[in-house]
Amino acid sequence: MTLGTQDRTPSAGAGRGLLPFAFASKTAQLVASVVMTFLGLTAVTFVIGRVIPIDPVIAVVGDRASQATYERVRLELGLDRPLYEQFWIYLGKVLEGDFGTSVLTSRPVLHDIVHFFPATLELATVATILGVLLGIPMGVWAAVNQGRATDHVIRVVGLVGYSVPVFWLGMVGLLVFYAKLDMLPGPGRLDLYYEGLVEPVTGLILVDSVLAGEWEVFDNALSHLVLPATILGYFSLAYIARMTRSFMLEQLSQEYITTARVKGLSERRVIWRHAFGNTMVPLITVVALSYAYLLEGSVLTETVFAWPGLGRYITQSLFNADMNAVIGGTIVVGSCFIGLNLLSDLLYKFVDPRAK
Amino acid sequence: MKKLITCLALAVATAFGGAAFAGTPKDTLVMAKNIDDIITLDPAQVFEFSGGEIIANIYDRITMYEPEDLTKLVGGIAKSWSFSDDGKTITLKVRPGLKFHSGNPVTAEDVAWSLQRVVKLDQAPSFILTQFGWTKDNVDGLVKALDPETVQVTIKADFSPGLVLNAFSAGVGSVVDMKTAMAHEKDGDLGHDWLNTHSAGSGAYMLKTWNANEAVILDANNDYRHGAPSMKRVIIRHVPEPAPQRLLLEKGDVDMARDLTADQIAGLEGAKGIAIDEFPAALLQYVATNYKNPILSNPKVNEALRWLIDYQGMANTFLKGTWKVHQAFWPEGMWAALNTTPYHLDVAKGKALLAEAGYPDGFEVTLDAFNTSPYQEMAQSIQQTFGQAGIKVDILPAEKKAVYTKHRARKHELILSGWSPDYADPHSNADAFASNPDNSDEAKLTGVLAWRNAWDMPDITKMTAAARTELDLDKRKQMYLDIQREVQQRGPFNIMFQKVNQIARRDNVHGFVAGPLFDQTYYRNVTK
Repeated sequence: MTLGTQDRTPSAGAGRGLLPFAFASKTAQLVASVVMTFLGLTAVTFVIGRVIPIDPVIAVVGDRASQATYERVRLELGLDRPLYEQFWIYLGKVLEGDFGTSVLTSRPVLHDIVHFFPATLELATVATILGVLLGIPMGVWAAVNQGRATDHVIRVVGLVGYSVPVFWLGMVGLLVFYAKLDMLPGPGRLDLYYEGLVEPVTGLILVDSVLAGEWEVFDNALSHLVLPATILGYFSLAYIARMTRSFMLEQLSQEYITTARVKGLSERRVIWRHAFGNTMVPLITVVALSYAYLLEGSVLTETVFAWPGLGRYITQSLFNADMNAVIGGTIVVGSCFIGLNLLSDLLYKFVDPRAK
Repeated sequence: MKKLITCLALAVATAFGGAAFAGTPKDTLVMAKNIDDIITLDPAQVFEFSGGEIIANIYDRITMYEPEDLTKLVGGIAKSWSFSDDGKTITLKVRPGLKFHSGNPVTAEDVAWSLQRVVKLDQAPSFILTQFGWTKDNVDGLVKALDPETVQVTIKADFSPGLVLNAFSAGVGSVVDMKTAMAHEKDGDLGHDWLNTHSAGSGAYMLKTWNANEAVILDANNDYRHGAPSMKRVIIRHVPEPAPQRLLLEKGDVDMARDLTADQIAGLEGAKGIAIDEFPAALLQYVATNYKNPILSNPKVNEALRWLIDYQGMANTFLKGTWKVHQAFWPEGMWAALNTTPYHLDVAKGKALLAEAGYPDGFEVTLDAFNTSPYQEMAQSIQQTFGQAGIKVDILPAEKKAVYTKHRARKHELILSGWSPDYADPHSNADAFASNPDNSDEAKLTGVLAWRNAWDMPDITKMTAAARTELDLDKRKQMYLDIQREVQQRGPFNIMFQKVNQIARRDNVHGFVAGPLFDQTYYRNVTK
């Protein structure tokens, strides 16, 4: 799911100091756009859930329930009402903070999300950190060495990361590092021995284990995280490196770079301070998008690594027409996108002198 | 940069080298299994494979097939029973001295309440009991505790009492601890919401936790009536993909891998420390033809299709021991099963029959099938062999529940689907395959396979009704054999295969038993 590209260029008036009225109107605009986005998101997801050829009642009663049972459940789920009315009722409940109960887990959707989202958050965050730490330097390096061997190597690495199925990469990773070399643990978030030792506070095992002072659990959780995070990180690295390379190439061909070089600045300063500095704005967008993308949950990675994350939860729910769960999950993912959008807007102000 | 990468790789290698433990704890059974089908653990609602297996280990039922002899129906919570002369009233005596996990004694009141509860909650499996003529309004009068040790059950419909006892061995016959469940009642739900994720039984294990998409953890009930199980804990880890399941088993991080594919099983043969068990299951796989379609309801066409399926070819190649050829609606290994397999691939015969029917050049038809393996392979095999006789098959792959939805709405042409009995009496399947009291669209007998395929056959429906009430066992068996033969020749079902569960385990694990029905898998005799 993508929220559509939003206008990311800092507005023209941003640098001039806003009048209170302008500020209020900007905030109102922001709130209105967030509300509209959520409303649209919920409506679209709701409609998708009703038009897919899976009967939500079947998900509850199974394949062979009698028609009487079927009808009773259909009434209970409110599916006899017109679509707009169903949507209206659902919206009302959501506004009260009630996302309903998931058919698949028999638990409130909110409970499920609180349970599954941290697993995805942990994985996506570590993967994005890896992707940024390696991807940006690689992209810069490739741009600086454009056309040379290093550039080709980095481009191939990027291409592979982008085109090899994550699923396959995950299996091979498990086969090599878990089964053959015995360096890393197998699928799952923790070894059996450590399961349940740490009370979930944030749901992020790395954080919870530190809070509880259980360093062995931390170690184990980290070792479980290495492989899936590296594989997802590779994917995000590939994207970030490619984008960084092309942004840098664009900057390096500009006249101000030539000017800087003529002025005798060191190459390091030219590259990092001048050229790279100017790629920051689009790069923030790229990183934010790639992070948001991972926060959706990587279904395939979660499947291979038996990772109880949000991606699998939403996918499985969709296949079972478990719409409460799907919409709940979608709203969380949507919030991530919107949140990261706002965050990157804020960050522009720091990196773009024109916005200051 | 190179340095950075090397450093990182080294750091990872040294920090985590040998971090994984090998082996599982001695008194814990750890299984890798795809458990994403569990939607509830309340025995009044459970109707899914994984859920059925789990509640079979948590709740003792009124009657049971015990792991020591899976062919014999014995008393579980019931010690004994007697029938009235007309066969309509059954008096059950509750085994004395039994206790629930909570410590509460198991009484006749719990038994009666558990049955009433199934009827009142009216969830998916409730028809197993409501077919006896029980409704929300009358069940309290028809199922009642006479005293703390005696339950009296009266049925309103014509059923052989043996069949009723068999139905009590299904999940809906689970005896639930009334006091505990009612302590958690909410808005008159008879504890349903709480029991979705908690347990209140008297079986060999009790539920510690079920975390969807993660694991089910069971703890042993040391006061179990057959003695304390030797595995103090059973952990069923959700591992959705078969390939990681195999890796976990080979590394010894799990004791059993439950969902391996035929290829993986073949690859594990002879592997050190690993053994493979085979348990024939009652799950059938069939291609159904919708008789609403004038071409498909032509008896000649229907017969032609039976000769155009490569049963043996599929079983020998990609199914490799995971499914075996079976062509009648009651599975092999069960009482009164018809084991003859008259059909095999014979393209010439199929073509001749099509020509007789007036379709010498075949026709076009769609085939709905689950979008997973091995169902897609089955569909492709059928597409290929039907094609040899000129029938052009358009395969429509879909999610399982989308296929069910279409089937129940009678909107398919051909459909590839499966069926497993709900209890160990042939009526369970005869009721689905060989009975269709009203073929009209308005009747909406959506749970009935014959209706779903618009097969109107009053004679066979009558035979099925007669068989379910027959008291003489030999006669009854013959009746079911006859019905199976009729369905095999005339019905809209090309029954092809019966499932064989292949389970890979570490060779130090013994005593795991999986019966033919999905809720006859028992952990309590496992040792290692």
